[in-house]
Amino acid sequence: MSDKIVKSKFFFEEDFIETIGEVSSKEYKSLPPNKKLKYVGKPLNRKDAPVKASGKAKFTFDIELPHMVYARTLRSPHPNAIIKDIDTLHARQVPGVFAILHTFNMSAFNGGKIEWYGNSFLFDPHVRYVGDEIACVAAKDEETAERALKLIDVKYEILDYEIDAKKSMNSKLKIHPDGNVRRGKPFEYERGSVKDGFDEADEIIEDEFSTQVAVHNPTEPHCSVADWNKDKLTIYDSTQAVFRVRNMIADALDTPKDSVRIIKEYMGGGFGGKLEAGKYSVMAALLAKKLKRPVKILNDRREQNIALGNRPDSVQKLKIGVKTDGTITALNHYAYAAIGAYPSGGGCSWPLRTLYKCDNVRTEEYSVYTNAGRARAFRAPGNVQGTFGLESLLDEAAEKIGMDPLEFRVKNFVDFDQVGGKPYTSKMLIEAYKIGAKKIGWENRNKIPGGGKGYVKRGVGMASQIWWGGGGPPAHVRLELDSNGKIVAFAGSQDLGTGTYTFVAQVIGEILEIAPDNIDVVLGDTDRVPYGPSSGGSTTAPSISPAARDAAERMKEKLISNAAALWNVESENVGFENGTVFMKNDKSKKLSAKDIVAQLDDKKISALGSREANPDGYSVQTFGAQFAEVEVDTLTGNVRVLKVVAVHDVGRILNGKTLENQFHGGIIMGIGFALTEEQIRDEYTGKILNDNFHDYKVPTIKETPEIEVFILGEGDMKANNMGVKGIGEPAMIPTPAAIANAVYNAIGKRIKSLPITPDKIITALYDEA
Amino acid sequence: MSNKKNKNLNRRSFIKNIGVGFAGTIAAAPLLKSHAKKLPEEIKDSLDGKVEVTVYVNGRKFRRNIFPQTTLAQFIRDELNLTGTKVSCNHGECGSCTVLIGSDAVYSCQMLALDADQKFITTIEGLMKNDELGEVQKAFVDKDGLQCGFCTPGQIISAYALLKKNPAPSEEEIREAMSGNLCRCGAYPKIIESVDAAAKLLKK
Repeated sequence: MSDKIVKSKFFFEEDFIETIGEVSSKEYKSLPPNKKLKYVGKPLNRKDAPVKASGKAKFTFDIELPHMVYARTLRSPHPNAIIKDIDTLHARQVPGVFAILHTFNMSAFNGGKIEWYGNSFLFDPHVRYVGDEIACVAAKDEETAERALKLIDVKYEILDYEIDAKKSMNSKLKIHPDGNVRRGKPFEYERGSVKDGFDEADEIIEDEFSTQVAVHNPTEPHCSVADWNKDKLTIYDSTQAVFRVRNMIADALDTPKDSVRIIKEYMGGGFGGKLEAGKYSVMAALLAKKLKRPVKILNDRREQNIALGNRPDSVQKLKIGVKTDGTITALNHYAYAAIGAYPSGGGCSWPLRTLYKCDNVRTEEYSVYTNAGRARAFRAPGNVQGTFGLESLLDEAAEKIGMDPLEFRVKNFVDFDQVGGKPYTSKMLIEAYKIGAKKIGWENRNKIPGGGKGYVKRGVGMASQIWWGGGGPPAHVRLELDSNGKIVAFAGSQDLGTGTYTFVAQVIGEILEIAPDNIDVVLGDTDRVPYGPSSGGSTTAPSISPAARDAAERMKEKLISNAAALWNVESENVGFENGTVFMKNDKSKKLSAKDIVAQLDDKKISALGSREANPDGYSVQTFGAQFAEVEVDTLTGNVRVLKVVAVHDVGRILNGKTLENQFHGGIIMGIGFALTEEQIRDEYTGKILNDNFHDYKVPTIKETPEIEVFILGEGDMKANNMGVKGIGEPAMIPTPAAIANAVYNAIGKRIKSLPITPDKIITALYDEA
Repeated sequence: MSNKKNKNLNRRSFIKNIGVGFAGTIAAAPLLKSHAKKLPEEIKDSLDGKVEVTVYVNGRKFRRNIFPQTTLAQFIRDELNLTGTKVSCNHGECGSCTVLIGSDAVYSCQMLALDADQKFITTIEGLMKNDELGEVQKAFVDKDGLQCGFCTPGQIISAYALLKKNPAPSEEEIREAMSGNLCRCGAYPKIIESVDAAAKLLKK
């Protein structure tokens, strides 16, 4: 066995990350197509569905420990202020209040800075947005804590503030000492020469697009329960990243990483908003240590909306040069985004750099600090926004040169990664266009945009998608087989509702020829599972499923060699079939896995599987195209999505049922972003005006259109030993752009800012006249 | 104490407690002292301001002393420890806390436990048939009408309420009945399938 340590670099949510870890150097033959497999790819029921449907699943929200204390956070009512004084005299007198933390008493808790909040203090004396943490009260129950919060008297020096990215870029007001543009400069990229490219062009089209702030709003609020046992801290956390949270908490508390344990069995959604430790998790840990009792902090719906992450807005100025034959000669993207008061990413140029063939590309992106809640990764960060801009512009260019938008995209197809210079392991975008066009009835779309009859007009539009989604090491799965024949998989991951429990069992079941129902899967516990990556960036399935296969293959080898030893023969003489080991020259000689373990002194066989390194010389990406049909009521401005067809190259299907469900979810979230979701911040107070589910409109079952999902190919076999890629973000990326293009096709007016609300439709239709 | 009298007390002490909450003082209610007199000294503190409520949940009778401002959702979760009922918005906007009162689906976060006094309530746990899933629950498992599972108990209760009233709903009727339950994962198409499948299972 020659496993090795590699440094690998892959894209995770907002940036490339480099990790060092042990990878498997075993090479396996690709599995045959799903139709020849027993479990992988089959639409098996979600393993965790029964416990969830019964109401018995314990979410972090449901964790109650003996003698538990409840904490609530006091948040700033001002968008920018210096805290001069905090008086807790009355708050402390409320019966049942046990402790109050705030900026002026933190020395007692070794209060340090929080690195991922721009090195601000846990309770920073400078509050930078409405919602910034000021104090935290622990009490016998939430109501008591809430009552005490209201009695804390805070004296502020109120400062001017800035919530608009463009104004903030040029403002004298400094939100952080190093200025309001993050890192002090834009992120710039150039290849070729855009000047030459535009000189070559027959037509140059320029336009500006913008997108809104959107909020994750998972149904389970962000929450943590902290519990100390001597020097060991256990945090039950609603998180997408148990190991990352462990490391962040340990760093914040300046304690060894192995003295912190993070547990998350079930969680109520994340969508990127739960990839890091919260300040609230650190507060819970500090309070629990001080009080020597478990502490629970639940953030309510309002806190979700004002303080726990969002998709930053974007303003995008795009310019494209094209020849009359459809060749794109140059692309230029200038964009800025308000990332809120603490470090985050607002870039959205990635799709433009890579999706279509173009030798001359320039992008310039500004992530700008504002006095607003900090942005966090949100399902395909940057790409949803950037794809809307790019794909809208592409349609404009196609129309200008009189070319069909689909034909225009086919013309500019490229089969290698123009940024990294490597070929793709797979890119089936042309096939996606063909199938999508057929299923939506592309030929029936309005030849003249807005040309339909009647006041309710239909339109069809499409958009393409690129996203990494290849995952990578380090990711491990440990299998344990006991003398009862029970097999348990401990996987370095967590399930967000994406089917991780299920596919781990399917992959192992396939290799060991055991029904997935008979395999227990343990996830989301840093003390029980081997190390694995955060669940974000569509990386879980492509990181974990190959590790699960590796573990199962090694377990199979161990069963064979143990049986060979018991029979005193060479391993080559032993075969494996239907979960049992047999002697090749005497098939009557058989041992089940259980029989083998029973004869071992250890009464147990373990096997550790690891994700292999990513393939050298290739770029692993997901691709897809979505086609939308919409109906626009030109009297009310209301847009209804009637149908979405999604055709994607996302590798092998692990489970047809959960895959389809997750695609539906991404598309529906895309419909929300396209039509209804928008966080509104009042420029006169810096406050959010719609911090609840009533005014912040997430899609309901009534807005759900007919959705068809098609997955191309049998698997991306060059990507990893399972041929699997991720699906979480590809599902959502092209949806808003496809809807926007369909709206244009319906009414002949282009809405250039999301969401496409009725007022924008009405203004576009009637105001210009 | 007659039921009527009890109700009056409840309402008065409810208002009183809200007052305490907002003012943030501990000028504890003189009104309640007279009732407290009758209680043994050692449990007086813990009962100060509490009132009695009796509900029938999942076929069992529960009598509890609670603060009058307790919502039905809090009561179900904290007093009865039935944590299948979730609270996601606490404002009657999302439906995660949906339970049945009689045969009506209600948002339990928007109802006081006191207002459920003497009522028959069914939570997600009450749809179980011993250790087996009930028909609607089974349908949600088979049709994968869920992802993260947090809104699922509320979805299943709403589906159950619909099917009790309308055993064979059309897709439009399913959408209408389920539109008060948000699912941020967007499992809606599979929720529609699940409700449809549940209707068929219940018919058998």
